[in-house]
Amino acid sequence: MKLTFSAEDERFREEIASWLKANLCGEFEHLKFRGGPGDEHMFPEERKRWEQQLAAGNWVGIGLPKESGGRGASIEQQVIFAEEYARAGAPGRIGHIGEGLTAPTLIAFGSEEQKAKYLPGILNGTEFWCQGYSEPSAGSDLANVRTRAVQDAATGEWRITGQKIWTSLAHESDWCFVIARTDPNSVAHRGLGFFLVKMAQAEITVQPIEQLTGTSEFNEVFFDDAIAADLLGEPGEGWAIAMALLGFERGVSTLGQQMQFQNELNEIIRIARENGAATLPSIRQRLAEAHTGLRLMRYNAMRMLSKDERSGPDSSALVYKLHWSSWHRNLGALAMDVLGPQAEMMDSAPYNLTRLQSLFLFTRSDTIYGGTNQIQRNIIAERGLGMPKEAKGR
Amino acid sequence: MEFRLTDEQYMVRESAQAFLADVSSPEQVRKAMTQAASYDPAVWQRLCNELCLQAITIPEEYGGLGMSYVYLAIVLEEMGRTLLCSPFLATTAFATNAILLAASDEQKQQLLPAIAEGSRTATLAWTGPQAARMGGTWGAEAISATWQATDRGYVLDGELNYVLDGDTADLLIIAARAAGSTGAAGVSLFAVAAATAGVQATWTPTMDQTRRQATISLNAVAVGSDMRLGAEGQAWPQLQKTLALAKIAIAAEQSGIATQTLDMAVAYTMEREQFGRTIASYQAIKHKAADMKLKAEVACSAVYYAACVASEVLAPEGDQALAAELEEAAAMAKGYCSDTVFYNAGSALQLFGGVGFTAEYDIQLYFKRAKASELYLGNGAAQRELIAAMLLDAEDAL
Repeated sequence: MKLTFSAEDERFREEIASWLKANLCGEFEHLKFRGGPGDEHMFPEERKRWEQQLAAGNWVGIGLPKESGGRGASIEQQVIFAEEYARAGAPGRIGHIGEGLTAPTLIAFGSEEQKAKYLPGILNGTEFWCQGYSEPSAGSDLANVRTRAVQDAATGEWRITGQKIWTSLAHESDWCFVIARTDPNSVAHRGLGFFLVKMAQAEITVQPIEQLTGTSEFNEVFFDDAIAADLLGEPGEGWAIAMALLGFERGVSTLGQQMQFQNELNEIIRIARENGAATLPSIRQRLAEAHTGLRLMRYNAMRMLSKDERSGPDSSALVYKLHWSSWHRNLGALAMDVLGPQAEMMDSAPYNLTRLQSLFLFTRSDTIYGGTNQIQRNIIAERGLGMPKEAKGR
Repeated sequence: MEFRLTDEQYMVRESAQAFLADVSSPEQVRKAMTQAASYDPAVWQRLCNELCLQAITIPEEYGGLGMSYVYLAIVLEEMGRTLLCSPFLATTAFATNAILLAASDEQKQQLLPAIAEGSRTATLAWTGPQAARMGGTWGAEAISATWQATDRGYVLDGELNYVLDGDTADLLIIAARAAGSTGAAGVSLFAVAAATAGVQATWTPTMDQTRRQATISLNAVAVGSDMRLGAEGQAWPQLQKTLALAKIAIAAEQSGIATQTLDMAVAYTMEREQFGRTIASYQAIKHKAADMKLKAEVACSAVYYAACVASEVLAPEGDQALAAELEEAAAMAKGYCSDTVFYNAGSALQLFGGVGFTAEYDIQLYFKRAKASELYLGNGAAQRELIAAMLLDAEDAL
């Protein structure tokens, strides 16, 4: 049981820290601490250039195997990268879906041809991806996909028709991976396919969703007989691939995310000390609870990332989303309570939020997207505790 | 980064589990807790002779196993799971830690081998009646017994309350203060045999019967100066560290209880049928269990983290940066685990429904221990206030 990193890993930490220091300046200086959750709509062009800068330093896809163009970095090194990236205030990654989701999925399920076609664009920071999973009627019930994929008998080409929703950064993306129903007579998770679709085509319409923050990071995406460039795996394998992909999602980025949380908490503590809220017993309790929660989140994540074949189903991983999302949502409310009446005062008209207002409002989505807290509890109870599955209406 | 149990740690856990399954079944717990000492002396001897657990953190030079605090935490988790009735916590996590942190090498040679070989139990007595002030006062201000220097050593007077296994322990580590001193000033630690003239220990029956407490009164107790641990009047820092280590030990027990009560509740709800299906199939039950699971997992992470810090504190050449986190780590672990253990035990009792309220079902024993351990050394809110002080009040706050 160890809490520390090896000397070699610490050298890696110095390498990435000094690279960030040397590169996150000049034209990128103003991107510091920008583009994170709640702010993802900001500076897309500059952040795409930043992705190319990262790629030039060989910092994109570091966890991918060397033969696929990555660095083959260990879990520890990926954690260190995420920590130092966040510590330096480097901007929210606009390439994270391609790097973190598409690339490992391609490596696991793609043909050689598909890998050769898509990996370079991801790794050199020139092609960006979005995720076409949720639909208006497929939210928590993700398998209830209605978007259809029909294969042209003559050309073999697949064509997609339907609607996706909550698609982050769809308007900034070059590609979208889409789960769509290949077998029109199938229901639920059977009969789905996993498609790679080029966004730039007349048959696709992206419509931003205005959020309660007044900003739009999420979109609706309409497919009207859109051409799918590729099918990953076979028709009918879509659900298995989609689930494997979600497995790639959790993990190493979480410790970087916690660095952002720490920045937010520090800001709230600074204000509490300044305005005297830090002398109130009730606020003291909540700040101490927030501090404790964040520290323990770190050790929980370290346990999760320290692979262990003997500990059975990975319980620390199952609870992780519920833990951080609830914590973060509470932090947003705490920020407002520390500020008191000042919490209402906006940055500027017509509706420009302060950083903490944005935290307060945006964190309400944390407990909803990526599996609501209620779905998380079902998963914990069913997979973690072996309790019976929910009765289904079909 | 290997923040997980090593093979050797798994082995220790498994042998503790096997032993406890043999000696600390619910029937055995119920029997032990009503015995004269609130534990079964035969089980204690087996624990000492067969597993040497009482010697787990004592360095080898004093006859112990010289294992890290992480091992102790692992063992305590398992003891919590079975509600083992034992002077283990008092001996190992309170008295032994005080000796390790405050005693000279010579004193350690004199005191530790008897504990390590299992021939002596021990405890730490430091709080007076002030510990009950404001619903729990566990700092230096709770020390009220006094010492006075004489030409042959010291004379101790006063009353010590809430002493774990205080009337059965052979050796007492006693905190007393110079007459008239306040706060952290004037605090000394003494090692006193329970049989010393003027020492009177009285069992104080407790709601949680699985852990015994006593009041100790000191009436002109003469102690040689060779049995003063640490510098005269300057032992508070060592005692404070001891209490932090003890909090981590209690947190480990709490983590075990939190997991155990969850497991018991899940098993029961999978059996119990209402409206034609097991009640575990209802979301109202599943979501409660999921919340318990989340807390139990985080509690476990908190304990392992704090135990790693404690290991560095006790290691001769420990990592100083980590060791410096002791107070904070102990407060975080004890605070989180205290809230968790009571939440989980209380929720489990609720999930058992009517039978949870009966004496027959064991969940009530866990529920009582949960509250007792939550309150001992300060509950979650008390720990959070300690953290708040570190976080918000100091110039160089966390």
